[in-house]
Amino acid sequence: MNTNTCYHCGDDCGNSPIDYQEKRFCCNGCKTVFEIFNENDLTCYYDLQNSPGATPKEIEGKYDFLSQETIIDKLTEFKSDNLEIATLYIPHIHCSSCIWILENLNKLNPSITDSQVNFGKKTVRVTYKNQETSLKSVVLLLNKIGYEPYISLEDFGTSKKQINRSLIYKLGVAGFGFGNIMFLSFPEYFEVNEFWLEQYKHLFRWLMFGLSLPVVFYSAQDYFSSAYKGLKARLLNIDVPIALGVSVLFIRSTFEIALDLGSGFFDSLAGLVFFLLVGKYFQQKTYDFLSFERDYKSYFPIAVTKIDNGKESSVQVYDIKKGDRLLIRNEELIPVDGILINGRAKIDYSFVSGESQPVTKHSGDKLFAGGKQTAGIIELEVLKPVEQSYLTQLWSNDVFNKNKEDGFKNITNTISKHFTITLLAIAIIATSYWLFRDASKALNVFTAVLIIACPCAIALSAPFTFGNLLRIFGKLKFYIKNASVIEQLAQVDTIIFDKTGTITSNKTNNAEYEGDLLSETEVTVLKSSLRGSSHPLSRSLYEILKTNGIVSLDKFEEHVGKGIEAKHKNTELKIGSSNFVGNTTAEVALNTAVHISSNNTYKGKFTFYNSYREGVSKLFKQLKKDFDLAILSGDNEGELENLKKLLPSKTKLIFNQKPNDKLEYIKFHQKEGAKVAMIGDGLNDAGALAQSNVGIVISEDVNVFSPACDAILDASKFKKLYSYIKASKSAISIIKWSFLLSFFYNVIGLYFAVTGQLAPVIAAILMPLSSISIVVFTTIATNLLGRRLK
Amino acid sequence: MSVIYILLAVSIIVAIVFFAVFVFAVKSGQYDDSYTPSVRMLFEDELVKAEKENNSTK
Repeated sequence: MNTNTCYHCGDDCGNSPIDYQEKRFCCNGCKTVFEIFNENDLTCYYDLQNSPGATPKEIEGKYDFLSQETIIDKLTEFKSDNLEIATLYIPHIHCSSCIWILENLNKLNPSITDSQVNFGKKTVRVTYKNQETSLKSVVLLLNKIGYEPYISLEDFGTSKKQINRSLIYKLGVAGFGFGNIMFLSFPEYFEVNEFWLEQYKHLFRWLMFGLSLPVVFYSAQDYFSSAYKGLKARLLNIDVPIALGVSVLFIRSTFEIALDLGSGFFDSLAGLVFFLLVGKYFQQKTYDFLSFERDYKSYFPIAVTKIDNGKESSVQVYDIKKGDRLLIRNEELIPVDGILINGRAKIDYSFVSGESQPVTKHSGDKLFAGGKQTAGIIELEVLKPVEQSYLTQLWSNDVFNKNKEDGFKNITNTISKHFTITLLAIAIIATSYWLFRDASKALNVFTAVLIIACPCAIALSAPFTFGNLLRIFGKLKFYIKNASVIEQLAQVDTIIFDKTGTITSNKTNNAEYEGDLLSETEVTVLKSSLRGSSHPLSRSLYEILKTNGIVSLDKFEEHVGKGIEAKHKNTELKIGSSNFVGNTTAEVALNTAVHISSNNTYKGKFTFYNSYREGVSKLFKQLKKDFDLAILSGDNEGELENLKKLLPSKTKLIFNQKPNDKLEYIKFHQKEGAKVAMIGDGLNDAGALAQSNVGIVISEDVNVFSPACDAILDASKFKKLYSYIKASKSAISIIKWSFLLSFFYNVIGLYFAVTGQLAPVIAAILMPLSSISIVVFTTIATNLLGRRLK
Repeated sequence: MSVIYILLAVSIIVAIVFFAVFVFAVKSGQYDDSYTPSVRMLFEDELVKAEKENNSTK
């Protein structure tokens, strides 16, 4: 292990590590967390996993709103006079150490009686005595040990959700019926005309009938209702032949045992329903810790600080009225449109508009909701309440209420139309043939055809292929909402990218120097003075400059909104805006630049360029063969030349796009028949993501907020996008092959059916055999596909 | 041979008991989180160790 990594969080300790108890820490925050754990004998935390922690953040005053009764009521799921239960979402939960420490919270605060982690959902459910402690102190404790809960406006609005477990129940009922019916029908498979069996077989048969009732009327009810809905909409979906098969199986079997004609097909019936439900269950892979349905609410805070006659109090966001005075601290979000009253506003709108650099605002300027303050405390006066702000109005667009799956015909349903028609044709032809040959067998043959051709294997192909691919993608950090998204992705022919945050990386910037060469001392002085400034541009430039020498400055002065003045010996530097350094050459600059003058002579400027994600150029080259490509940016044209160099020439580059423009652009292309995939990252893409056929969000950290979408792709896997799309296409061909395989089984079964010799034992063998071989085939094929992706 | 009625009755009762246990398990939320318990069950040792340390320091 590297010796210079922090014992607590694993970060590089840099030049000034803190040594404590022979352990190394990167900052005081990490050391404090260690001290807390050490005092309480909880150092096991570090034994389970190496450096599992996170640095606690500054949160002064951030959680004051948690002392308000109305907010506590909304956040707790149970509340009595002495006990409260709250479930908190903690994005940092990532390893077994996290589970361990969070489930031992009562060692840190004895008033917490119980805490239970749900790792999949990244939540902790805390039970505490509310006479001795409070929700606020629980949250503060969590924050103190580096597990800051994420509390947003969304938590405030939603009523407690009930988990839908009906599929598990149905599966359980079907499995119960299947197992017991198999058990009871087994004697009759082989022992024909045996004395004891003859005597008791009626009892056995009626027991099977009884066991099949809940399977047909409870477990299989979704297939009936879906078939009914399909027929009403004049659609022959896959559930139509399934429902047909199930009802024919049940009716014929009941008649057979009632009239003592045979033992019926209850075993096949229960097996069929059971396998179908297993397929459904398998496909239902969900990522509990991700949400694909988020809107601005999960981005906004619950409460902000309001100033009332010089007094600060926290106010619920929905209660903010026009004319209120609000206080926004550093790193806090502006929840409403307002006018800046005082303070240094440096607003980061990158998430809302796609502009890459924070914007400086002066008192009297209008501030829009959704921006993040990045420099100190500001005060603003509210112009419009939350629901009416510019940002939230985007959500009133119809596109957010539309279900993308409506009107999309998936591969199974496409094939089921032909399948059902062919099936009915075969049944009718075979029946009419037998009507002439041997009329007594005609009904027998008709029902046998419908039974044996019941498309169990076809219905299982897609769920198992997509279900398995969803899991493989999930392991490769490509999180897809549901199976139908994979199908849509396979059909895409146009890909549209957002620029800021999507193909550029948020973390680093590139700067290029233009002008007269700076002397070595000047560079050193420059770096030393940048060191003292907290301005975001100074910070990035400081990171970029390579010299290491730091000198102590004789003079250092920072002029807010203008720049820095610094002096060392006889070098006097001015760093900042064009006017500030005394640049006389007028120019129109699109890119952000920092100008420098030395001893009052203008030297030159550092221009900032976006730094693109690794592999962007290569990815676009791969994509251009098969797709139409375009870039829609909310930013200005400053990057045009850079992008042209980087990307294939046929890529369309469109700048200055407002969120609504992006949406319209996609709509326009869809009207012309294109299937569009939108790749974006922020709220400004939310409309476009919803309008597109497949909306994919690129995220540096999948735990933080991302707008509503169909899939979330981890930024580190961005360059793999092409192979992911190709894999979805291969998945479609796997399904087609398994269709072929199941047709093969159907032909064998139909042979028995049309010749009138379908015995229950043949159905009981053929049906599970076809289902299981389809499951095996699709699983192996998708796993091979997944191996190629790695 | 009428013992078969008793046997059938017993086997069905047993089956129904298991089914009831399954329904109870789903209802109590056992199937909602299938990952955390698998980690949690390995913690027993660490907890004991931590408690021992507690005792020894006192």
